[in-house]
Amino acid sequence: MEKKNEKGMLRRAVDSYGIPRLIITGFLMSMFVLAPFAGVDLWTQFTNVINRFSWNAVLVLAMVPMIHSGCGLNMGLPLAIISGLLGATLSIELGFTGPMSFFMAMLLATPFAILLGAAYGWLLNRIKGGEMMVATYVGFSAVSFMCMMWMLLPYKSPTMVWGFAGKGLRTTISLEGFYDKALANFLTIDLNRFGINLVIPTGSLLFFAFLAFLVWAFLHTKTGTAMTAVGSNPAFAKAAGINIDKTRMLSVILSTWLGAVGILIYEQGFGFVQLYMAPFNMALPAVAAILIGGASVNKASITNVIIGTFLYQGLVTMTPTVMNSMIHMDMSEVIRVIVSNGMIVYALTRKTEGGK
Amino acid sequence: MANNNNTPRLGQKTVGQKILTFLGNNSVPIMFILICAYCIPASGFSAGYLLNEIVTRLGRNAFLILSLLIPIMAGMGLNFGMTLGAMAGQIALIFVADWQIWGIPGLILAAILSIPFSVGLGVFIGKILNKAKGREMITSYMIAFFMTGIYQLVVLYMMGSIIPIKHASIKLPRGYGIRNTVSLLQMRQSLDNLLSFTVGGVKIPVLTLILIALACLFIVWFRKTKLGQDMRAVGQDMEVARDAGINVERTRVIAMVMSTVFAGFGMIIYLQNVGNFPTYTAHSQIGMFCIAALLVGGASVDKASIGNVFLGVILFHTMFIVAPKTGAAITGDSMIGEYFRVFVSYAVITVALVLYEAKKRKAKSAAGAQLAAEQAAEEEA
Repeated sequence: MEKKNEKGMLRRAVDSYGIPRLIITGFLMSMFVLAPFAGVDLWTQFTNVINRFSWNAVLVLAMVPMIHSGCGLNMGLPLAIISGLLGATLSIELGFTGPMSFFMAMLLATPFAILLGAAYGWLLNRIKGGEMMVATYVGFSAVSFMCMMWMLLPYKSPTMVWGFAGKGLRTTISLEGFYDKALANFLTIDLNRFGINLVIPTGSLLFFAFLAFLVWAFLHTKTGTAMTAVGSNPAFAKAAGINIDKTRMLSVILSTWLGAVGILIYEQGFGFVQLYMAPFNMALPAVAAILIGGASVNKASITNVIIGTFLYQGLVTMTPTVMNSMIHMDMSEVIRVIVSNGMIVYALTRKTEGGK
Repeated sequence: MANNNNTPRLGQKTVGQKILTFLGNNSVPIMFILICAYCIPASGFSAGYLLNEIVTRLGRNAFLILSLLIPIMAGMGLNFGMTLGAMAGQIALIFVADWQIWGIPGLILAAILSIPFSVGLGVFIGKILNKAKGREMITSYMIAFFMTGIYQLVVLYMMGSIIPIKHASIKLPRGYGIRNTVSLLQMRQSLDNLLSFTVGGVKIPVLTLILIALACLFIVWFRKTKLGQDMRAVGQDMEVARDAGINVERTRVIAMVMSTVFAGFGMIIYLQNVGNFPTYTAHSQIGMFCIAALLVGGASVDKASIGNVFLGVILFHTMFIVAPKTGAAITGDSMIGEYFRVFVSYAVITVALVLYEAKKRKAKSAAGAQLAAEQAAEEEA
């Protein structure tokens, strides 16, 4: 009798964790276990995973407000990335250097994020129920429009424009001398002198923790609770006197701003600004990450962000090295494509509570 | 008397309104006609060259775009999952190229071979879409990405190791996996060249056009069959169709299977015209360009006709041909034109999606208002 109950509990625990997530966690665990046997240094791998976590976590965090207000997965992340890129390029153009340029990039990106976010939110309020598809194509249109703009806008800074033509931005701009590792170098923990290959970019992690805390705190304010209400039960929210359109727009602006800051943090870790078609494919990894973390189309928490980013980035960094040294066959890209997109398809086919 | 006076005026007014609604309903094609009218002279292409290019592209793409019509009829929106059909076509072509069967027999064999793959993939996507009713488009869009991963797994790792591939010319030197490009040189345009003739420098691929005409006839005929009627009923309202005794799920799966099979054939026609294909990327842009072309032709997410397909192919590809040259002529940089055409493709899809969703919402709230009015009337009575 008791055994049966236990089995039921196990079953329930598995169900609540989700089978796909269980498989991914198991896979990642086996990668970590196999790593030493494959002759891969575990600490180097840890460093890689933590580093990539610190680059990407804020981009994943940018999903949370929109999911909360019922706008679905933020497929329009490229739009947010573009406001971040505008901030980054303007900050360099205006001659800021060092960590100051990072701060200025954030500051300069903010008005763009608010403006684009407001327009984007206005549009999404017109098309409730079909957000994700429209968002995908809004993102694509924005990216291809900006491709023309990067060539035509009158940027002058010699570090950014093509050398021979003197106009038009380069596809990748090095951040050396600007905000390369601006956060990562703050309070870095480097264990190399003890013979352990572990480097922790404390500053980036702290900054993510700070932003995550802000989002968490915001979701517990009155406005934040209203946002959750709009997402989980719009009819009830309307009856309670909440202005649905306004709340949704606020969430979109917040998501866009977080996305803009997210790409700046990504750049400071990566060391380069990538323009033109680069933002094109940045939405899907972030969406996949939060879903792997256990979020659904209309429910997400900070824990989902942390677990999801860790699992996804772990998968991306661990699989190539471990697999390569084990079977001399690099299937990591294929595995990444199948896992991340399969996870999104799985989430889309789940029945979701709450109306649209 | 008064009536007599009124009628023509009323008639005239409706004509004016008709023109307005016509303009409103066809804003996308009209915009494109204007873009083309501006770009064609600026590009400096000769009429003969342009006409030849358009006829070639019509033969190349029309069949693929026709595959989108059936899911629209069944109310499943734009089938971004047509990419799966394209993959099935490519896999069939890889086999045929491996067996060295060229020319028309090779194409027929590839078409037959693609059917089981297409049917399997069509059932798969149909079943999944049945679980994601109301968000078919985004789901089919994601399935296309997901299946790209599976396709890579099969073609890059299984072909040659598990699935026998004997010919070294298409295999990677490491012993398994297919090379980055599969050459179809020996069957290049074998379908287009058969029965073709040239009028004033414009080559007309008669047989390809006949096949496209047959596909059109099939769709016209299919709409009138019992199954076609069922599909339209499902597209109108799933619940009503279910009450009328139609097996909604099955009908939707059949719609997807048909679309996928059509897309497979379409891809084979497309690739025989091009003459080779990049193994791992050929399918990835197909869905987007076909959907953009259909929408440019004046289709919407819930309504598309054969006329939309042809108008769309002509307008969209005219823009595609002339945009880089025009961009170079105006700004001195051909990349601007390249980006411009990509931007226009995406923008057209965005606009069409927004219009469709806004219309759907409007209809929903109108129905709600009507219901409320009826209830109020009932309460009064």
